[in-house]
Amino acid sequence: MKKLLGQLTFWRAVLVMLLGLGLYATYVRFTQGLGAATNLSDQFPWGLWIGFDILCGVGLAAGGFTLCAIVYIFNIQAYKAVIRPAVLTAFLGYLLVIFALLYDLGRPERIWHAIVMWNPSSVMFEVAWCVMLYTTVLALEFSPILFEKLGWERPLRIVRAITVPLVIVGVLLSTLHQSSLGSLYLIVPEKLHPLWYSSLLPVFFFVSAIGAGCAMVIFESFMSSRAFKREIEMPQLAQLGRVLVVILMIYTVMKLQDLADRRAWVHVVTPTLEAMLYWAEMGLGVLLPMILLARPHVRRHPTGLFCSALLVVLGFVLNRMNVSITGMEAWARAGYFPSWMEIAVTMMIVALGITAFALAARHLPVFSPTAREEKTTMTESPHLAWAE
Amino acid sequence: MARKAMLIDITRCIGCGLCRDACKEQNGLPAGEETKLNANAYTVVQDYGHDVYVRRLCMHCEVPTCVSVCPVGAFTKTADGPVLYEESKCIGCRYCMQACPYQVPTYTWDQTEPRVRKCIFCHSRLAQGLPTACAEACPTGATIFGDREELIAEAQRRLREEPEKYVDHIYGLTEAGGSSVFFLSAIPFEQLGFPGNLPKHPLPLLTWNALSKIPDIVAVGGTALYGLWWIINRRDEVGRLHAKLKEMEDRKE
Ligand code: SF4
Ligand code: SF4
Repeated sequence: MKKLLGQLTFWRAVLVMLLGLGLYATYVRFTQGLGAATNLSDQFPWGLWIGFDILCGVGLAAGGFTLCAIVYIFNIQAYKAVIRPAVLTAFLGYLLVIFALLYDLGRPERIWHAIVMWNPSSVMFEVAWCVMLYTTVLALEFSPILFEKLGWERPLRIVRAITVPLVIVGVLLSTLHQSSLGSLYLIVPEKLHPLWYSSLLPVFFFVSAIGAGCAMVIFESFMSSRAFKREIEMPQLAQLGRVLVVILMIYTVMKLQDLADRRAWVHVVTPTLEAMLYWAEMGLGVLLPMILLARPHVRRHPTGLFCSALLVVLGFVLNRMNVSITGMEAWARAGYFPSWMEIAVTMMIVALGITAFALAARHLPVFSPTAREEKTTMTESPHLAWAE
Repeated sequence: MARKAMLIDITRCIGCGLCRDACKEQNGLPAGEETKLNANAYTVVQDYGHDVYVRRLCMHCEVPTCVSVCPVGAFTKTADGPVLYEESKCIGCRYCMQACPYQVPTYTWDQTEPRVRKCIFCHSRLAQGLPTACAEACPTGATIFGDREELIAEAQRRLREEPEKYVDHIYGLTEAGGSSVFFLSAIPFEQLGFPGNLPKHPLPLLTWNALSKIPDIVAVGGTALYGLWWIINRRDEVGRLHAKLKEMEDRKE
């Protein structure tokens, strides 16, 4: 017993606790229904699981396609060092999103219906297809990491040969459904608060996902460098910080332009809860990191870079929560706040994601490519190889 | 079949609740006096004081939001007007509930195999040539059933003949592209809980604008990405070839 306790480090204890709570909530959810496990209601049918697990989950995984495009299409080889963790996050992210969806759907056993029952006028239908297809693409993009580990040469060569088409398809699918998650809310012009409702929602979702995806890559590299005591790829990450500044700038300009076009300024300056959250989202999650990252010495300093990236991620999460929850509450007059079981399931899923990432990083060549691979890279045309 | 509709004249409603009871009986729902739509009440009568009672029910929109958003096509709009729900298709995403401008579809939250519930315009009665159960039960004629065009004419007639009695608006005629249930009232509709900020065009247009761009994005985006890749990587390839050639020449010498 004592030995067992000794092995339980702090984080493992946290993990076990989250798993315990999450599993209990899972039990309640699947034996007593959504009503017993959640605070959802007829007035407020979408809550934390859609707002956080789905909208944020997909968005934070956007680093995968962004970096793939940078490296394989724009041929900026410098970023190769961070492409693998980005693809891994994306892949895990999507698996977890699908997992979370099983909780939220009223009839999860029918999730396959979208494959055979079509309604092309539905944004949700499009999202379903994109997520299905893109998860497949991600599995393929991720597979070389596994094949390398297993030493399977043939499949490795096949996947490498189709890297570029794969990346192109991946970028297209991501563009479509990152923006479609915003399109989901186009249909509720009268419900969503004017601070967030805009016909540009799809574009905002797309651009902010690219930003959040890049920030996540920085965030993970930093965390894993500490966890595994490895060298952090500062030059590339600092560069990525610069890319982030540009993305945040584009985002800000578009948001301001949109506010002006819709004459929604009054909502920004009226003291309401919504306005406060809007300020938090834009000020702390967009403007502050933009200013910070624009300064070279912040960008080049690991802590400065890490904190700025963290702000971007938090701002992104706040934005998605605002669109999906706080921005809808006034209209619904429902006063939704997630139940502890909804929170427990979400925390469990996040914990599972971190655990899976840590395990993969430890046992697969995610951060430290093998020597054998470097040899391969030199004999093959470099733009088709996975990492060096 | 001619398109059917219902006209509900709020000024004639006495709040007896017979429509609600008839609906419950017709649809085999447990009896009760709910005032909010839920899985056991497809229509309710809400008391606004001063003898003002307002029915709530599905509007059976002309271009229904619920039909457009359902990913698996569980909702359909029939030719004669009703908007129907097919339980066996539904995956329970609840997008229909999220998107309906009138907050109509409800859910059986307490079941492990939940389903969406809402008024189905007594579709089976219509097929037999009967009016909806609620219209048949209404003792004052506050709810009447009939051909859509005729009911619109009737509503316009009432507004014309007694302009002092009504606010000059047939609710449901233009809201979100129009519906199959119309309301007349003496009190502005916004004060009776009707959404007042709905656009005149059907809401599905909003998402359709975005969705219809997908083929373009795929075609243009795919070509552009491939082209970019080709141009950018071509330079490298050429560079490598040159290097190789030079190497070979060097060796020959
Ligand atoms: S009122 Fe709502 S549920 Fe009824 S047809 Fe219109 S969109 Fe569908
Ligand atoms: S809950 Fe069912 S009926 Fe409603 S949109 Fe989702 S799948 Fe369609």
